[in-house]
Amino acid sequence: MNLSPLDTAIFLVLGLFGVGFYALLIVRHLIKLVIALQILVKAAVVALAAAGAASGKLELGASLALSVIVVDTVVAVVALALALQVRKHFGTLDVSELGTLRG
Amino acid sequence: MFSGLIAIAIIMCAVQAIRAARLLSSAVWLAGASALTALWLYILGAQQPAVIELSVGAGLVTVLFIFAISISGEEAFTAYPRVPRKLALLLVVGAVALLAVDLAVASGMPRAVDERAVSTLSDTFWNARALDMLVQMVLIFAGVLGVLNLIGHEEIKEVETPGEIQIAQTHLPQVVEPENEELLRV
Repeated sequence: MNLSPLDTAIFLVLGLFGVGFYALLIVRHLIKLVIALQILVKAAVVALAAAGAASGKLELGASLALSVIVVDTVVAVVALALALQVRKHFGTLDVSELGTLRG
Repeated sequence: MFSGLIAIAIIMCAVQAIRAARLLSSAVWLAGASALTALWLYILGAQQPAVIELSVGAGLVTVLFIFAISISGEEAFTAYPRVPRKLALLLVVGAVALLAVDLAVASGMPRAVDERAVSTLSDTFWNARALDMLVQMVLIFAGVLGVLNLIGHEEIKEVETPGEIQIAQTHLPQVVEPENEELLRV
């Protein structure tokens, strides 16, 4: 069976989406949650680039993928900063501990 | 064949990034997944996103993760996961199945043919998506503020004095000299 890059893109997107979504549900560590989010966004980047190539508008797909990469980096930075603040105030990075927030 | 092998390697790196016990290992596995994703994008023909993914995704983001881990330290949890594993697996299988059906339907649909001249990436960026660029600039500014928050650790401690509470920021420079404080109060 000879698969083209566009065919493998579908399997890659499904695989990355599955791994990232499962990690989002399972993981309790804040930094690992950011890692799971990064994996999910990689699935979106691959999907955008592959959709652009499949529809013959590779430039549009590439520009959208570029935007997603930039925004994803910003999200990671802000999320890591928030995680450090949580660590500073609560002494832990466990998401379950944040359920005790009041006020 | 080659792209298939790369795809399998990317998924394995992603799984290892989640499964690794140490956070530092997770960050390194994620960097590997980013580098392989960049290679896969290059094979697909999207060279510019590949370069950005390699430099930003595998480089900058990994450095940020390692920096954050070095500040926060390794913290292992032995407690139960947030969602029961069986329920999570069921949800993931359902979501992946729905996405697969969606992708299969979308790939079978007739594709719109664009009759216009072939545009370049810079045309698409600066002309067709000018508003998106503005939004991205605002987001990058927010990211810079996030980095400043990540790096700048100002320890704020509350000092109670008789009758009032002063907030002393220990790492900020003393702008007003003590002898001039009386002038400011007047």
